[in-house]
Amino acid sequence: MEQLWIDLAAVLAAASPLVIAAMGETLSERAGVINLSLDGTMLLAAMTGFAVALTTGNLALGFAAAALVGAAVAAVLGLFSLTLGQSQTAVGFVLALLCTDLSSFLGAPFARVPGPAVPFTPIPVLADLPVLGTLFFRHDPVIYASFLIVPATAYLLYGTRLGLIVRALGERPAAAYARGVDVTRWRYAMLVAGGALVGIAGAAFSLDLKQGWSYRHTFGSGWIVLAIVIFGGWRPWRVALGCYLFAALEIVATRSQSALPNIPTQIVQVAPFVLMIFVLALVNLASSPAAMRRVATLPQIWQRPLLSAINRLRATAPAALGQPFERP
Amino acid sequence: MHIAVENLTKRFGAVCANNRLTISFAAGQIHGVLGENGAGKSTLMKLLAGFIQPDEGRIVFDNTPRRLRGPGDALVAGVGMVHQEPLDIPAFTVLENLLCAAPPGVFRSRRAAQTALLELAERLGFPVDPAARLDQLTIGQRQQVEIMRLLLCGAQVLILDEPTTGITAAQARALFAALRQIAAEGRTVLFVSHKLEEVAELCHTVTVLRNGQVVPPGQLPMPQPQEYLLELMFGEAGAAPPIYRPLPVIDAPPVWELRNVTVRSGALQLVDLNHRFAAGRIIGLAGLDGSGQQVLLRLLAGQLAPDRGQVLVNGRDLTGAGSLAFRQAGVEYLPADRLHDGMIGALSLADHFALLQHGGLMVDRRRAEELARRAIADYQIKATPITPIAALSGGNQQRAMLALIPPNARGILAEQPARGLDVASARAIWGRLQARRDNGCCVIFSSPDLDEIMEYSDEVIVCFAGRIGPPIPRALLSASRLAELIGGVGFDALVDVAR
Amino acid sequence: MRTNRLKFAANVTRPLLALAAAFALTSLALLSTGVSPLEAYRLVLFGAFSTPVRLSDMIMLAAPLLLCAVGLSITFAGGLYNLGVEGQMIAGAIAAMVPLRLWPDWPPILLWVLAGLSGAAGGALWALLIGALRRYAGVSEIFAGLGMNFLASGLTFYMVLGPWRRQTSASLSGTDLLPRELWLPTLDRLRLAPAAPVIALIALAVVWWALTKTRWGLEVRAVGLNPAAAARLGVAADRRMAETLAACGALAGIAGMLQVVAVHHALISNISSGIGLLGLLVALLARADPRWLLPIAVAFASFTVGSIQLPLTLGIDSAIAGVLQGALVLFALVSRARRS
Repeated sequence: MEQLWIDLAAVLAAASPLVIAAMGETLSERAGVINLSLDGTMLLAAMTGFAVALTTGNLALGFAAAALVGAAVAAVLGLFSLTLGQSQTAVGFVLALLCTDLSSFLGAPFARVPGPAVPFTPIPVLADLPVLGTLFFRHDPVIYASFLIVPATAYLLYGTRLGLIVRALGERPAAAYARGVDVTRWRYAMLVAGGALVGIAGAAFSLDLKQGWSYRHTFGSGWIVLAIVIFGGWRPWRVALGCYLFAALEIVATRSQSALPNIPTQIVQVAPFVLMIFVLALVNLASSPAAMRRVATLPQIWQRPLLSAINRLRATAPAALGQPFERP
Repeated sequence: MHIAVENLTKRFGAVCANNRLTISFAAGQIHGVLGENGAGKSTLMKLLAGFIQPDEGRIVFDNTPRRLRGPGDALVAGVGMVHQEPLDIPAFTVLENLLCAAPPGVFRSRRAAQTALLELAERLGFPVDPAARLDQLTIGQRQQVEIMRLLLCGAQVLILDEPTTGITAAQARALFAALRQIAAEGRTVLFVSHKLEEVAELCHTVTVLRNGQVVPPGQLPMPQPQEYLLELMFGEAGAAPPIYRPLPVIDAPPVWELRNVTVRSGALQLVDLNHRFAAGRIIGLAGLDGSGQQVLLRLLAGQLAPDRGQVLVNGRDLTGAGSLAFRQAGVEYLPADRLHDGMIGALSLADHFALLQHGGLMVDRRRAEELARRAIADYQIKATPITPIAALSGGNQQRAMLALIPPNARGILAEQPARGLDVASARAIWGRLQARRDNGCCVIFSSPDLDEIMEYSDEVIVCFAGRIGPPIPRALLSASRLAELIGGVGFDALVDVAR
Repeated sequence: MRTNRLKFAANVTRPLLALAAAFALTSLALLSTGVSPLEAYRLVLFGAFSTPVRLSDMIMLAAPLLLCAVGLSITFAGGLYNLGVEGQMIAGAIAAMVPLRLWPDWPPILLWVLAGLSGAAGGALWALLIGALRRYAGVSEIFAGLGMNFLASGLTFYMVLGPWRRQTSASLSGTDLLPRELWLPTLDRLRLAPAAPVIALIALAVVWWALTKTRWGLEVRAVGLNPAAAARLGVAADRRMAETLAACGALAGIAGMLQVVAVHHALISNISSGIGLLGLLVALLARADPRWLLPIAVAFASFTVGSIQLPLTLGIDSAIAGVLQGALVLFALVSRARRS
């Protein structure tokens, strides 16, 4: 039993960069902007964060630099798509590749150099609680931050006036504009804030979860975060759940290796990525019109619970996601 | 608040939508603004509400000239506008929608906002549930929510653009009572409409716009003789009375036949439809937005497959065959949004004719250009065969879309065929559709504009809350009766009689 | 007249400005490492043309790159972002290996044709899976493509370490080399197999013709611009989308086949080497005009080959070629934004 709690705590820890990045992406997408550059941004931020922390010896500076890099890449995306009207997908994709190569090039001197790492900091008293202590209070500050950022994002989106504006930007920017909101400026703000979180997530890799820097250090996590945000229906708690699910899959995959020695490591490593896409497909299939029509033919007793389950599963994108806004 | 405009001018390309307008509206009154479609009413209102900026002239609130850079500025200055389709956020609840981007300091808390909302709703006689999602409400209810939001945000001037389109008769009565109340409290109400009776019933003054100008210059006190106002709106000719013609009896099989069809789209379900749509007539679908017209049109176009029952086209069973098969059977669908799903903006008219060619590995470009040239001449489209469709005006796009209907089409389904067109273009489009009807087509169209339904339909079908009424010959229907039926008044009796 | 001249000036200066901005960004990155940008550019821009060996390497990279970019110009015309091109290339490479391993004694020419067909089929199938995920499960082609890329690379690892592992010992470096006679014939002592660029050029010509001259091409472009309207005008939109994906997958699959029979002569774990994604950049840059595909593919291939010498001669990472390529596309997008 004790082992189970330790494993779950490992899942919570392993998911921390994903959670932070996914909350950042949720913020920008809720405001109607897709930041497809996520994978490249995380790499560039991870490299920068590690390099800065290594040369200055200051972890906080490393995280700040990573956040700055994330925000800067997001600002470039904003400039090209929001101001200059280019496709968010095209610009985001090019930025993803560009930042990846930039991280490889600039990071070459730092590859496989030992460097500073966020220290393990169990919280006194709370860490000794049975179960809860193991699960939540024997980690390091980055992981604690990943715990806090989910309720914080949920509160921002659903509990504050600012959240109403953010969601209006993604649902119907024309209505926000009619209320006197400067749509482009606020979209920039959310994109840059989300980008900063993505940057911090990158540093969470290089300074905490996978300490150090190496070529393509985050192993495609940025792409999976994009899929998880869709899977989570743009709702913070569900998105976080998706991150934990993915981290759990990864850990199960690594564990199963010892049980199934015939299957090479590399295959096991790609399995969670593939599974995640197929789960996404299944969720979408379950809520498709054809499936709904099938449900409608079932006896009444079955319909109601099935429909409510499907409604809960269904992920509706913000209505104006990815669409440019033009002032009337 | 007293508002005035001086020498206000706004041009869109070559069109002068507002030409040196000078008017003023006193506080505490309801001011009617009359004019036919395209007379410049909406442009004036959008200028006053800050959505667009004037080319010349100025806007004066309480004797202070104002430069409005956006609708936010206008609301801060005290002017709020209710659009025909309310500019709210459908995914939000009523309360969230109220709080979203409200001016600072207006609502101290969610609870305070809810209390204020319920209090105002009580005073204006609007029933409201603060927790309801807007996409579950009717247009009429959303309009009420929008009016209350603007008032609570401090609007001293309320502009309503064609507010009675798409709401029930009961909702219109409630709206009028509330507007009287709002004016009595000292606010200014601008009521934009092209319906004389409503302006006569409600307004203290009236301003008539024609071709972007005020005729005669300045406001008129109400009441005014109806004939005089009609003459001001339409010029000497006035509105020609519609001509009725007896419906021909046709032996050919119906263009569409529905047998016990049940179909669903989203939350809306049409149950057990049994209809025959005969050739050689124009059938108007009337109803509030989302009452089932759209679902019916998409069913008849083959875009929606029925859950149960059969759909026959020209006597052939095409149940579940898909829109391509329907098209091959002679069904043509004209969507309301021409550039969104009607035509391909970046391609030219010749390209579109090339797309319609069948068979063959290569495109016969010469033939396509020849057809495009002929269509341009026949339909008086202002374009060359190689102009991108997106560069055409709305009226020319609509004509191009009609020109692309294959000559062998048997059924035409049109969503709001005259949407966004000026009067002359709308008449030209309808002339074309009538010619198609006379050649034996069945034309089914939907429109939120009851005047259009009354003017052009041979038969009218009323949709109410997902129910499809029986076809009523136009000659047996009056405008007021139609307005009642749309709101559900007497709808059950109508369905029973038809049985 | 005057406006025409202004327009012409703008059409010339904007791409030049984009070019300058891209080089400025790359130079900044180079300066940060302390090497002379001029020295680095000499290698990156002209290194590929310095010796016959490097030139032949460049051509052997440009051929699959052009194939992928040509394929992607079809999916772009159809309005799809086929990020799955990398996986389609891998699937093509694996599929091409099947006949080569099953019947190694058959006449080489027959085997090459079989490998080409099988590679094209493999790539097309992989692409159609993406189409199915998009059409029936509502997963955007971007994420479906990425998922299939991961799956394809997992499959390569499995084949290389499992059924097709080396006879001596399983190794990540790849399968055993193919028998010498199955290697695509090369020019005398160089690694240049002339068949590869010839295939790529034929593909370019055929696709250019199909997209601009045929009914099919017009329909594909119509679907890409507005699927709903195209369907309303009687175009089988879903079918056309599936066909564009399959066509792109087939071309990427042939590129994968070339990697096997003409470049690596084995299935290696990194058989696609990012060529598919680089092809996306090429296609994005050339988007408006397929005639640009060839020069851009050659330029990008020469950057990549030229940069390989950087670590040895200047001690900097070769990824600078990617930085230059990405920056060029990025700033080209902006220069187009101003034009419209």
